This record gives sequence, C-alpha cells and structure tokens, in this order.
Amino acid sequence: MLLTRLVTRNAFRHQLRTALTLVGIVVAITAFGLLRTIVDAWYAGANASSSARLITRSSVSLVFPLPLTYAQKIRQVPGVQSVSWANWFGGVYISERNFFPQFAIDPASYLDMYPEFILSAAERKAFLTDRKGAIVGRKLAEQYGWKIGDVIPLRGTIYTGTWAFTLRGIYDGADKGTDQSTMFMHWDLLNETIKKLYPRRGDQTGVFVVQLRDPAAAAEVSAAIDATFRNSLAETLTETEKAFQLSFVAMTEAILLAIQAVSYVVIVIIMAVMANTMAMTARERGSEYATMKALGFSGGFVALLILAESVGIALAGGLAAIALTIPLADAFAERMGSLFPIFFVSEQTMLLQAGAALAVGVVAAALPAWRTATVRIVDGLRAVG
Amino acid sequence: MTIPFSYILRNVAARRLTTTLTAGGMALVVYVFATVLMLAAGLERTLVATGQDDNVVVIRRAAQTEVQSGVDRRQAGVVESLPGIAIGRDGQKLISKEPVVLINLPKRDSNKPSNVVIRGVTPTGLVLRPQVRLVEGRMFQPGTAEVIAGRSIANGFQGAGVGETLRFASRDWTVVGVFEAGRTGFDSEIWGDAEQMLQAFRRLGFSVLVFKLADTDRFDAVKQEIESDPRLTLEAKRETRFYADQSEMLSKFISYLGTTISVIFSIGAVIGAMITMYASVASRTNEIGTLRALGFPRRAIMAAFLVEALLLGLIGGVVGLVAASFMQALSISTMNFQTFAELAFTFTLTPGIVVASLSFALVMGFVGGFLPAARAARMKIVDALRAA
Repeated sequence: MLLTRLVTRNAFRHQLRTALTLVGIVVAITAFGLLRTIVDAWYAGANASSSARLITRSSVSLVFPLPLTYAQKIRQVPGVQSVSWANWFGGVYISERNFFPQFAIDPASYLDMYPEFILSAAERKAFLTDRKGAIVGRKLAEQYGWKIGDVIPLRGTIYTGTWAFTLRGIYDGADKGTDQSTMFMHWDLLNETIKKLYPRRGDQTGVFVVQLRDPAAAAEVSAAIDATFRNSLAETLTETEKAFQLSFVAMTEAILLAIQAVSYVVIVIIMAVMANTMAMTARERGSEYATMKALGFSGGFVALLILAESVGIALAGGLAAIALTIPLADAFAERMGSLFPIFFVSEQTMLLQAGAALAVGVVAAALPAWRTATVRIVDGLRAVG
Repeated sequence: MTIPFSYILRNVAARRLTTTLTAGGMALVVYVFATVLMLAAGLERTLVATGQDDNVVVIRRAAQTEVQSGVDRRQAGVVESLPGIAIGRDGQKLISKEPVVLINLPKRDSNKPSNVVIRGVTPTGLVLRPQVRLVEGRMFQPGTAEVIAGRSIANGFQGAGVGETLRFASRDWTVVGVFEAGRTGFDSEIWGDAEQMLQAFRRLGFSVLVFKLADTDRFDAVKQEIESDPRLTLEAKRETRFYADQSEMLSKFISYLGTTISVIFSIGAVIGAMITMYASVASRTNEIGTLRALGFPRRAIMAAFLVEALLLGLIGGVVGLVAASFMQALSISTMNFQTFAELAFTFTLTPGIVVASLSFALVMGFVGGFLPAARAARMKIVDALRAA
C-alpha cells in the first residue's frame, strides 16, 4: 500500500518529464506495432492458404505457361480429388497506381475449391452464366465504389487490348485473414480471344490448383504429379499452396528483414530515452533514497520503488499505444488500398507490444535501481543532485 | 556578452551517462534516416546507370517490362529498317534483338528460389552496353550452350559461378564467364546467345529490341515513327527512362516507408533531448542565477542552452552517420515488384545525404532544446539564486 502511494507520488512529481516520457513510449510502441503488422501483412497470403491444396506451375518459372491438357493427367494421379486452373491477368484499371490482383479462372471448379470466398447462390449463378462477367472481393468493391452490374474496363499488359468485365458478384471472406481484394474473371473468355490473336498461345494456363483427398499425402502427390511430366516440354513444379506463397515472401526477404530490424531499433531508442529519465530521476533523489535507507527501509525496497515507477510508466504508455495502434492500422490500410489486402493488428502483435513496454520499463530501471540499492547511506546523503 | 563555449562543452561532458544516452538515441535515428536515404539513392543509381541515354528500348505496347513484352520477327524487321539507327564500325546497324525470360534459381546461402533474368544477346548487344566487361573467364561462344553471369548472380546463386553448370529449359548450360556492369541492373542478369535462348525456350519472337540512335536529339522523331506505324504494336523509350520507370515503385516504397519511420523515431529522440535539457536547466538553476547576476543577458543564457542541445544533436548526427557509412560495404539483393526479377544494389552515401542527415540531427537538437532554453532564459535572478 505504502509502495503504491510512494510510486504514484514519485511518478507525478515531475509532471512534464513523466508526460514527455509517456508520449515517447506511446510513439515508439505504436510504431513497433505498426511495423510488426506490416510484416504480418506480408505473410498473410501464406497464412490464409489451405494445406489441402497444391499449386502446380512450370518448373522454369511462373512466366512459362502449362498446356491445359495437363488437367486431365493430374486428375488421374492417385490422391487428387479435383483440379482447377488459374492465370494471372495483369490488367491495369485506369492507371498503374490502381494495382490489384486479377486472375482468370475456371469458375465452377475454382470456386468449389475455395470455400473461403463466400458468394451468394444467385451471384454465383450470374457469374457462371456470363462469360464476360467478373467477381471481386468486398474490400476492392468498396475501394472503387463498384456495384453489381457495373462495367469494369481493364487495359491488358500481358493480354493486349482493352477488356470490359461486367461485375456479377461481390464475395466476402470467411474470416479476417481471407483476401478480399482480388478480381476473378472467366479463363474461357481469355483463351478464346488469345486463340484468335495468337493461336500458339491458346489452351495454356499459368498454374493448376490441385485439391487433395488427404492433406497428409501432399508430399507424395506433389512428387507423383511432377514425375508424370518429367522430361516433357513443360516440366512442372508442384508444392503446397503455403510453400508457393512463401516463395514470393522469400524473394522480398531483404526488405522484410530491414523492417523487422527497424522495429527493434525503435524499441532500443525508447529504451535509451527511458533509461536516461530514470537515471536522472534516481540521481536527483539520491539523498532522499539514502534517507529512507537510514530510516530502516531495505535496499531492495528502494530498488523496488524505482522499478515500479519505471515499469508503471512504461506499461501505461504501452497500453495507450496498443489502443492507438488499431485505429492507426485501419487508417494506414485504407491509404495503402489493395497493396496490403489483409491488414489487421494480430493478438500476437499486441502481446509483443506489451512485452516490449515491460522490457523497456525493466531495463531502464535496472542500473539506477541497482546503484541506489547498493550505495552506502553516507555516500547517498553526501551526493548533490 | 556571450557565454564561453568551453562552459557549454564542460556541461555536456560533466554528465556522461545522460549525454551518451541522449546522443545515442539521436545517433540511432540518424542512422536509420541515413541508411534509408542511402538505400533509395543506391537503387536509383543502379537503375539509372543501367541505361545509356542514346539507346532506345522498344517493347510491345502496354507491356511494362521486358519479360511481359513480345516482338515478333516481322515487326523486328520493320524497326530495323527505320532510319535513325546508328551504324556500327562493321557497317551493320546497331540494333540488338533480345529474348528475355525469368527463371527460378536457388540462392547460395538460403537455398530459396528467386527469379533471375536471362537475356539472349548478340555481339551488337555487347557493343550497345559499353559498361559491361568480363572480369573472370571468357565470353560465351555463339551457337553453344554457354552463358556468362553478372557479378551479383555469380556470387548469390547456386551453379552460377565460372565452371559451374545451370539447368534450365531442359538443357545444361555452362557458365564460362562472369561480367561486371558497374553496379547496374545487368549485374543481376545471366546472358547467353540470343538464337540459342530462342530455341531452348521455344520462342518464335523476341522480347525487346534495343538500338542506338544515330543522333540522340532525334529520339522524339524516331519514337513518333515507331508508334504511329500501323504495322507495329510497339512503343519506344529511352533506355535511361525505361530503367528508371522500372524502379519507381520499389524506390517510392523504400523512401515513403523510410521517411515515415524516421519522422516517428525522431519524435522519440526529440523527447529524449527535451527531458535531458529540462533536467540540465533544473539542476543548474543556481548557476543560471549567478550568470545573470554577473551580467549575462537573457539572450546569452538562451543561446548557451540552445548550443548545448545542438551539440548533443551534432554528436548524435556524426555518430549515426559514421555508423551508416559502414553500410556502404553491404549489398542488398531483393525482388523488384515491377519486373518480378532479382535486383542487387548497394547503399550509396552522397554528399546530399550527409547534409540532410546532419541537418536532421541539428533540427532534432534545436526542437528538443528550444523550450528548456526558453525556460532558463525566462528565470528571474532573485528566484534562481534563492532556489536550493
């Protein structure tokens, strides 16, 4: 009881200094949380992937397509339940700044494989029956203000020409981690147009999506699929959806590592600031603490006093920062648009923030607390602040 | 009458722990600030230097990168026949018709695959890029399965060193040489014989045409000619512009993120400086009173504390900058979002960055020191002397 009263009184003695320290901690812990959230967003695609799906692509690189006839052969591989295919469309909506992913898919089989894209029965039917139709995620529709029935023009970068798609449905995600910023259109339409223009490029697709009967058999089935096409003109590389997504993350790993490093640097900076504050405070109150020890309080009690003050300020700042991170992350996600389709502050991030605040408080108090606890009373009384 | 500088210097030196912590915080902020600027500058320099100003890149209209583009032989022939293309020493037009593809290769250290650009070139292609020179091994023999690799690829990817073999497009390719291109984008590519590449990847057409202008000022006319020809579905860009456009997104991303982070961090450092300076004022109330009583005006007191804060900022700035300059030894290799291909670049320290970082540090010191200095200057002599 006495401890808490002393600590609160002490903390509010230099109101300006405490307030400044608090602001510093709030800023640092918020920045830490936002940076961690950016890193999370990078991995979002991999985390949302299903372990029951495999992706088959050309072994050379994604740029090389696979012939559509492979679908039949993949279906015959034991352990495969169903096969669908998708192709990166790479269209530009009005200007290059409005980037969002677009895939040409085989609608019926693809949507069956991705139950996390929730589409009403009527909208699904409307999409399946309209070859020039398209569906988009809820977030994307809100970002550009699209309504069902709108015509979305896209300028093709891989498939030249201007394409117009009629919006037939808007899908929702099954949970927060589902990508709601993608546009899907009919692969058939793409294929027919391509065949007319460049007959050699027809009946090809970028990737096959394979639904497994048993997720545990992923390794064997992948190997079996790749063995089927070994020494053919288009050899394949099959991996789980997660590994496929992670391969993209790995390519930008350098940037990711930099962001992660920087998120720890901010904690170190605030540790220096906070340690400075606590060192100054302890020095100024040197004779007071010595007096307390002379009155019979133990060195440990005095150390606890400093520690509690430091941790208290740090935790208060940390909690305020966590509360502040959530609206800031929302605002950031809105500004970035579809660059980060999945952007939310995870519970793990919040725990890390609280942990960082605690660490800042403890580390900042460590040296002054130890020094005060062990200093001889005479020296403490003699010291001038 | 001004307060001597040695007085200020001694004050900074007297409280070593506090000075170290405050300046250390600022040094970290300046370090991050300078590193990010260096990264953006390095990226820009790499891609701008990749192009030659009098070279023109021709790709399919609306294709943003070489890999997406396709130029068939008929269209290539039309472009080749255009006037305005420089003639080489052997009397041939200086135009290179190149297939460009991406392949997946595993990295040496992490074994993780990344995309690498493979470019098919002709002897003319080498004439068009004078910055490229072999540093190890020899040039590939046209008509064979030999390739040469850029310096960063040879160092960073499995099987890309001299004497090693790479397997792609159902064939084994021997790496016979390593080339350096003065830290340009070509350092992150693998080059082989154009016709061999076309056959191996079963391509009928090229990806990109590069030619040298006979007269560099006639670019607009040549561009007009290519883009208005009804037989061609192509667009032309100066090579410098072409590569600068490709780094736009990545360099914007780096500088936006970096600036935002630096600004947020600087708030923390400014607060640190403010706390230190307030404490410095509070613990020297008596001294301030004495100085005033001796006849030093308010201005001098204010200036003394401001200079002290600026000194803290300067120490932090110099330490941070020195630490950041060591980063020049590092090279970063990452995927460019736009081309989808691996690109290596280094941290580059420019005089502009030195000035910007030091000013940033001084501004942090000034902002942190202003309010405490004002408080010190406002003190009344009697109150200051009476304070214990």
